[in-house]
Amino acid sequence: MSEETKQLSLMKMTPHALTQIVAGQEELFILDVRNEAEFSDWKIEGENIEIINIPYFDLLDGVDPALERIPASKRLLVVCAKEGSSQFIGEQIVEAGREHVYYLEGGMKQWSEYLEPIKVGDLKSGGEIYQFVRIGKGCLSYMVLSGGEAVVIDTARMIQPYIDFAAMHGVQIKHVLDTHLHADHISGGRALSEATGASYWLPPKDAEEVTFSYHELVENEDLLIGDGKVNIHPIYTPGHTIGSTTFLVDSEYLLTGDILFVASIGRPDLAGKAEDWVGDLRHSLYGLYSGMPDGLIVLPAHFGKVTELDKRGQVSAKLGDLFTDNPGLNISDETTFRRTVTENLPPQPHAYQEIRQTNMGKIQPDEEERREMEMGPNRCAVHDH
Amino acid sequence: MDIKVDHVVDAKGLACPMPIVRTRKAMNDLNAGQVLELQATDKGSVADIQAWAKSTGHQFLGTQQENDVYRHYVRKSEPDEVKEEITFPHSVRNEELEGLLESSREFHILDVREPAEYAFGRVRGSRNIPLGELPQRIGELNPEDEMYIICRTGNRSNMAANLLTEKGFKNIINVVPGMSEWTGIVERDEFELKNKIKPIGGK
Repeated sequence: MSEETKQLSLMKMTPHALTQIVAGQEELFILDVRNEAEFSDWKIEGENIEIINIPYFDLLDGVDPALERIPASKRLLVVCAKEGSSQFIGEQIVEAGREHVYYLEGGMKQWSEYLEPIKVGDLKSGGEIYQFVRIGKGCLSYMVLSGGEAVVIDTARMIQPYIDFAAMHGVQIKHVLDTHLHADHISGGRALSEATGASYWLPPKDAEEVTFSYHELVENEDLLIGDGKVNIHPIYTPGHTIGSTTFLVDSEYLLTGDILFVASIGRPDLAGKAEDWVGDLRHSLYGLYSGMPDGLIVLPAHFGKVTELDKRGQVSAKLGDLFTDNPGLNISDETTFRRTVTENLPPQPHAYQEIRQTNMGKIQPDEEERREMEMGPNRCAVHDH
Repeated sequence: MDIKVDHVVDAKGLACPMPIVRTRKAMNDLNAGQVLELQATDKGSVADIQAWAKSTGHQFLGTQQENDVYRHYVRKSEPDEVKEEITFPHSVRNEELEGLLESSREFHILDVREPAEYAFGRVRGSRNIPLGELPQRIGELNPEDEMYIICRTGNRSNMAANLLTEKGFKNIINVVPGMSEWTGIVERDEFELKNKIKPIGGK
């Protein structure tokens, strides 16, 4: 093929590749061709990502209006809800002579469900801990592996990635834990425990209305894996919900759920009890966490902004650093604290009440409805916007 | 349930963007004021058809769902839908008709919009004969009745009112501006919709 007739083609970008770009703070230009309402509700974010929205149906007469706004020098990613429209528009942009044009595999639907497992570190007692980053939605879940056994914490709705990961590492999932009854995403905890034969553990105070049987997480009653060498130590830290429980893993990793994030703190209003739970939240943060060693590594259940991701895409921080840097841990006045966590909060997560009902087993939406309920940002923190 | 339309686009089984691509193509062949029904199974079509209609100026009428099939109704815009002059001398404002509905007075309301427009929102007790069918169906109406003629913006009802009066109807009143700004009670066909997607009346 001669230089003049060099064949340009539309290329596929996987969610994994996009995750690398976001985490690596690489440059990317995104043309999102979903309708304006979907775009304004939720979009791909990144430190060096520039994004514009032109609905595909406004480009059916030709892509010129888009070309005018797309810099020729940058990689271009075309994104839509599922994938079809981005291919349709992407191909026309390629035909117009643009190079480095990609479409996002599976669209925003797959982006919202993609889990990237990233190793956090080794355990002193033997074993390792992984963070599963659901980058499109800001959810974080964990797998602790030791001696052929594993524990999964705050499982996402999509359980297959955990099952595959466990198989790949030759471990059996023994326990599945949730730090609290989630309001922003559907827990895959029960489904994963059923699929693997693991025990499902919940904080009893969050589980009073659940319609299924579970094991009660009790403070100081540790779960052990890896021939009893690695312990998972539950600490009762209410405030986001009345049952919210923190797990100290192998005396080093502090899984704070939705109580403490890297750049923010949990909100107390999603179960309708903001006023009641403010005091609990303050005590958990300023009474309990404040007394723990500075060197503990905080691993939350969410991130708010992509700037919280490190170069590998992982979200973590030393507890001591958070008491310096996290605005939510630096409100000395109780009245100010109360106001911060009850007033001017970000909008509540999409369909959060239905999500809570689903996590309690009270309603059984089908797969498509579950996906729909989870669409959009998570908004579990106080300082998300 | 079936709503009479001028053209049906079958995009069942097709993924985005095809339902909109086909609708757009079919719309080019329709006359202004005609109604198109898009049948699609792609859930994305629910939001996209409304956004597309808004962006192109066509009138989105509503969506109904049967099993996995969405039926979307869109009426082709009239490029010069800038008011034709309302020439009919007897008219009432929407509010006056709303007031009459509260009274015990006996009268009739004739809605001359397309059946799909009527299906997604109408004045309670009104009857539907689209303007295009009125000459043939005039015999269904009683020339002695007190009759209020309504459409979306007052244009079609103006034409209908003139026509009926020419044909010897004695007590015809045009309602302005019409359903586009109707704030009273709205009656609509009952469609069963799953999830939180509600039938949306068009403007």
